[in-house]
Amino acid sequence: MIIADPTSTPKPNDGTVKPLRLDGISKHFGGIVAIKRFDLEIEPGEIVALVGDNGAGKSTLVKIISGLYQPTDGEIWLNGERTIFRDASDARTKGVEVVYQDLALVDLQPVYMNLFLGRELRKAPFGTLDRKEMATRTQALVDELDVRIPSAKSTLSDLSGGQRQGIAIARATHWASSLVLMDEPTAALGVAETAKVEETILKLKERGAAVLVVSHNMEQVFRIADRVTVLRRGTQVGTRRVADTSHNELISMITGLAS
Amino acid sequence: MTITTHVKTGTASDVLRHIDWRQYVVYIGFVVVFAYFAITQAGNFLNTTTLVNIITQAAPITVMAVGAVFVLSVGEIDLSIGSTVALASLGSAVTLQATHQWWLAALAGLAIGAGVGAVNGIFITLVRLPSFLVTLATMGLVAGLAQQATNLQSVPVTNSAFGWLFGGGTLLGIPILIWWTVVIVAIGWHVLRQRSFGAHVLAVGNKSSAAAVSGIRVNRVKMVVFIVSGMAAALAGLLYAGRLAGATYTLGSSDLMSVLAAVIVGGTSLTGGKGSIIGALVGSLFMSMINYGLLLGGLNVAQQLIVRGIIILAAVSLSLRAKKNS
Ligand SMILES: Nc1ncnc2c1ncn2[C@@H]1O[C@H](COP(=O)(O)OP(=O)(O)O)[C@@H](O)[C@H]1O
Ligand SMILES: [Mg+2]
Repeated sequence: MIIADPTSTPKPNDGTVKPLRLDGISKHFGGIVAIKRFDLEIEPGEIVALVGDNGAGKSTLVKIISGLYQPTDGEIWLNGERTIFRDASDARTKGVEVVYQDLALVDLQPVYMNLFLGRELRKAPFGTLDRKEMATRTQALVDELDVRIPSAKSTLSDLSGGQRQGIAIARATHWASSLVLMDEPTAALGVAETAKVEETILKLKERGAAVLVVSHNMEQVFRIADRVTVLRRGTQVGTRRVADTSHNELISMITGLAS
Repeated sequence: MTITTHVKTGTASDVLRHIDWRQYVVYIGFVVVFAYFAITQAGNFLNTTTLVNIITQAAPITVMAVGAVFVLSVGEIDLSIGSTVALASLGSAVTLQATHQWWLAALAGLAIGAGVGAVNGIFITLVRLPSFLVTLATMGLVAGLAQQATNLQSVPVTNSAFGWLFGGGTLLGIPILIWWTVVIVAIGWHVLRQRSFGAHVLAVGNKSSAAAVSGIRVNRVKMVVFIVSGMAAALAGLLYAGRLAGATYTLGSSDLMSVLAAVIVGGTSLTGGKGSIIGALVGSLFMSMINYGLLLGGLNVAQQLIVRGIIILAAVSLSLRAKKNS
């Protein structure tokens, strides 16, 4: 019987408020244990990578934190408060934004509409759409994050895959007050576009966002993450500072084979 | 691992940017056909009576086309509007006979339209059936109800207030049917372009999964759109009943094709996410003008149907071709 898992994140009582704290999260699907007692804390301005083999439980964990699944056991704390998400839009309201793998954007709408979709800005006296203000704020945000697009008024379908993922990240940044979750944000992108999106993710960090990013790409983990936590068949094998680990160590943690 | 650089070719994105040309087809077509009739029919065509007739004849189609822009924009189709015209106009006329209250009659008609729309919406959103099949079924069902309701008998409309409001009235010297056209088009344009609801309709029609994760209640949006479409058809039914001073089960039976043609020629996408209310208005006037011009030119109803069919084919081809390019 395991009494304490020495490799899991320590739970310091240092009094600082963390954007995210997961405490003993488990998820069972019928008889399948998809996640077993997962612990994690993320600081403001910190990027934590979540790695693991296919079926390790990464997407399940992201879905729990984004309100799509209820954990079977364990606690989610946001900004120091115990939280239960009723559903995905409840999690959004509480400041958790997700950058989806399959781009949750609408192609035929302008960039600014995509940024504000479902939360449009409206103006007095008739509550009509304030397109001008949405475009202005979008332009300011993409400028700040250095996502290069022709204009905030461009139609999304006129942009490249990398530019679109940049917009998806900008949207998450704009609305996230606690945490940004990314499930393989560069999986569908080429090398140059991946580099650009990674720059955008680092800009999020500068702005003080807490980021949890699922990645299959070890080089990417070393380029952008501060810490990395490893799942193997639902079990959290360990969490390391990126500066204190190596490629080989991570691979053996992921596969369970000594290197 | 292969390294691919995705460079969008200049020509491809230029074409995409100029995809809007499709939206101008109807305006150009309108001007060209207008000029053609003006020249060939001269004084027969170029007079106020003719122009007023073109707009007033088109009024029921225009009203339904505004509803249909929302339906197509949300990525669905409503085949039941023609039958709804008949049932709503009959329901309204019968209510008028019984109560002699024009507003009760109007409410009864609109409630029938809303009811048909709600039934469509429930089967499409809750039972999750394709709108094509649901509204194909309700098209037949509602047509049957309309025939059953008065046993194929026409119902006269003799109430003068009703006749004024939905048919022959004028306000400030302008025919009431033109007012209805202007008001419904203005409301439709405002809601689609200026309100959150319109943006949600377009987003759902473009990619409903993206709309859903953005917090938009997809089913609610679709439900409202189908109710609006049913009510637009009902209002069209009232306009027929007012203009013709009576209701009968054949009203609206050939309107589905005209409405879809007007909307598609007007630049609304058949596959959702893109809609133009002004385009639908011009499309509707365009169809009406063609009917009128062909009538003046001595073509019979059968020949008019053939020409109209050809125009619809051309419009659908343009719409689908543009879609494939994007
Ligand atoms: N909805 C579900 N119902 C049943 N089992 C599931 C469900 N979602 C995930 N699982 C199981 O949980 C495990 C983890 O899956 P997942 O989180 O998708 O892994 P990863 O994203 O790391 O590849 C897998 O064994 C998978 O089959
Ligand atoms: Mg996954």
